[in-house]
Amino acid sequence: MSREQFPQLFNAQPIDLAAIPQLSIEQFREEVIGAHDDLSRISALFGVRRNNETVQLFAVLADDEQGKLIPFSTFVGKSYPAVAPECPQVHLFEREIFEQLGVVPEGHPWLKPVRFTMPDYSAQKASTPPATAPVIGQTSFFFMQGEEVHEVAVGPVHAGVIEPGHFRFQCHGENVYHLEISLGYQHRGIEKRLVGGPHKRTAFQMETIAGDTSVGHTLTYSMAIEALSGLHVSARAQAIRGIALELERLANHIGDLGALAGDVGYLSTASMCGAIRGDFLNMTALICGSRLGRSLVRPGGVLFDLEPQRAAELQKRLPKALEEVTQAVQLLWESSSVLSRFETTGRLSLDQAHDIGLVGPAARACGVLQDVRHDFPSGIYQLFHIPASTAGTGDVYSRAFVRWLEIQRSVAFIQELLESLPSGEIAALESPSLAPNKFVAALTEGWRGEICHVAITDAAGKFVRYKVVDPSFHNWFALALCLRGQAISDFPLCNKSFNLSYCGFDL
Amino acid sequence: MYSNLKARIRQGRRTIKFPPAFSTLPNRFRGLPQIDSNKCPADCRACVEACPTDAIHVDLFDQKRQLQIDLGKCLFCVECQRACPEESLRFTNDYRLAARNRADLIFSDQGIRLADALSKEIRRVFSRSLKLRQVSAGGCNGCEVDINVLGTTVYDIGRFGIQIVASPRHADALVVTGPVSENMRIALLKTYEAAPPPKLVIAVGACAVSGGPFRDHAETHNGVDGLLPVDLYIPGCPPHPLSVLDGLLRMIGRIK
Repeated sequence: MSREQFPQLFNAQPIDLAAIPQLSIEQFREEVIGAHDDLSRISALFGVRRNNETVQLFAVLADDEQGKLIPFSTFVGKSYPAVAPECPQVHLFEREIFEQLGVVPEGHPWLKPVRFTMPDYSAQKASTPPATAPVIGQTSFFFMQGEEVHEVAVGPVHAGVIEPGHFRFQCHGENVYHLEISLGYQHRGIEKRLVGGPHKRTAFQMETIAGDTSVGHTLTYSMAIEALSGLHVSARAQAIRGIALELERLANHIGDLGALAGDVGYLSTASMCGAIRGDFLNMTALICGSRLGRSLVRPGGVLFDLEPQRAAELQKRLPKALEEVTQAVQLLWESSSVLSRFETTGRLSLDQAHDIGLVGPAARACGVLQDVRHDFPSGIYQLFHIPASTAGTGDVYSRAFVRWLEIQRSVAFIQELLESLPSGEIAALESPSLAPNKFVAALTEGWRGEICHVAITDAAGKFVRYKVVDPSFHNWFALALCLRGQAISDFPLCNKSFNLSYCGFDL
Repeated sequence: MYSNLKARIRQGRRTIKFPPAFSTLPNRFRGLPQIDSNKCPADCRACVEACPTDAIHVDLFDQKRQLQIDLGKCLFCVECQRACPEESLRFTNDYRLAARNRADLIFSDQGIRLADALSKEIRRVFSRSLKLRQVSAGGCNGCEVDINVLGTTVYDIGRFGIQIVASPRHADALVVTGPVSENMRIALLKTYEAAPPPKLVIAVGACAVSGGPFRDHAETHNGVDGLLPVDLYIPGCPPHPLSVLDGLLRMIGRIK
């Protein structure tokens, strides 16, 4: 069976589990490596334990140009030849498979813990459990030797009000040769609890996978549930979802631009953006009462309507907020001291972006034309288009500038939607029951990039596996890569230019 | 320089008056719930069943069948209110939610007992200068971002003498968020040890108070209780910045 014969799925199109091609491990490896070579991406790669001896590996390739998702699988035993040496973008997925299921990818160059958990993600015990439980933060870190070489270790508790993670820099003077990022501190066991679900608490855990991306993750989850249950979502609910997703993007992008300004000591924009970010959070609260969009999106629709009065209030607030943010952000581009710190700092090339499977604004800042809203449109994005914003230099400047372009386009998108809000009900009344033995992959463009959820149901219509891939899972490695050859004092700036999620990664 | 000044003038003064600050909240904001058990139909358990975190109980209290809510577990979602046929339970616009004792967050028709001030001796030390060190221990970045905004020009906690500091060595209080993941337990305890006494612990958000949506996961600890002595509980998922600000000022005796 060749790739052309594989099922090609739209975003959130369900398929019978039995219809997913089952390849030999050799062909599976070839397909994943081949996808890398023809510039497709690997959106998800994960395993499901089938019995004591066998694990079924699933891969979901994203063909951005055709807007198609291509799933295929293979069966492996206790080990298989690793794909990562030939296809770097799966290195973390393979480490995850090793950690969750105890299956060894032989020849993996970097087989270290991802979240420091015991392998137990299955109904049955893993075949090769490690002798002792891993201890968080204790692993064989890379180190450099030589005269005047030194190591800087930061975290898990950081100086700011941010989540915990451990960073280890190998430095020669100010110059960083290598940064290793070791996470897992935020692990709350989300994927494990999803097996046998959905449960009463599932939607709430989706909202808190990454609390700053509540709308993004809950929307992706809802798409998966709707695909598996056949629930219809009205155009009005889709529109409200689109508005909420873009408001989430706006608040976070504006906050990021302010924080980037703060990190180079440009305090005017930092303090202005801090306040304006709140204005956008309050617009989300106007719709649903919660600044982070909690309890807004649910399978079947949304729980809060946008009545004419409320829509009019949004229409009143948006232009004012846009004017203010324009003024605050223009100051950045006019200030040579800001530009000299942003430009050429933390550079990633287009090739590196492809190699590591970078997603979201960070990828677009390297010139990769890739945006789920554009390539895999679902919901309201099928009717209202939003252009993808790219920049070319792959540095902090580009990552900031892409955010600024997206801010303008998101405001325009919301304004357009508000002018022609479809009528209808906002939520489906029936509670969903999921079709048995199905597979679905759903994508959403969250503000950090592609959010991918893959759900597989068993014969009873319960999740046998629910895989969550936060954009941060793809992108953390980019931060490590862009720090090479940088001064260590530029780390906060580079870090903020990605602003990745710790808990979205740790799950 | 000119455009900077122009922008500064155009953006104006953003700092809100506090307290009170009810006018800044949208009408759908879900704050302190109000219970009227008299409205409950006999044998109705709709809200109990609907609650995702089992925060609501129906039982005999003072010889009367009453609803009881544990605000520490409450996610301030809409499930109970949607399930209720009689409006026995509804969320008000009141952002004041903080309590000094965990038990004060569990209440029925009589309502919540809000936090009172620290002892006079402790207050003497902290009431005009309180330095906070935030530790996220499995927090989803919801509580974290809404604590961060207290430093913006809108809330400006600096005017109350409160500041978020970079090191536990400089801190008077730890502000803990998240259900305390097992992988963060040691780091949290070490951070507490590193802070000089006298020191306070403030649990912010449903996770830190009770484990929130991750309660009873093997990977988490159902919040800070049992690991560190907690001096102030601020419920919410996440708490509105005003709820956090109100709790802090109550604790140091600046609001009574």
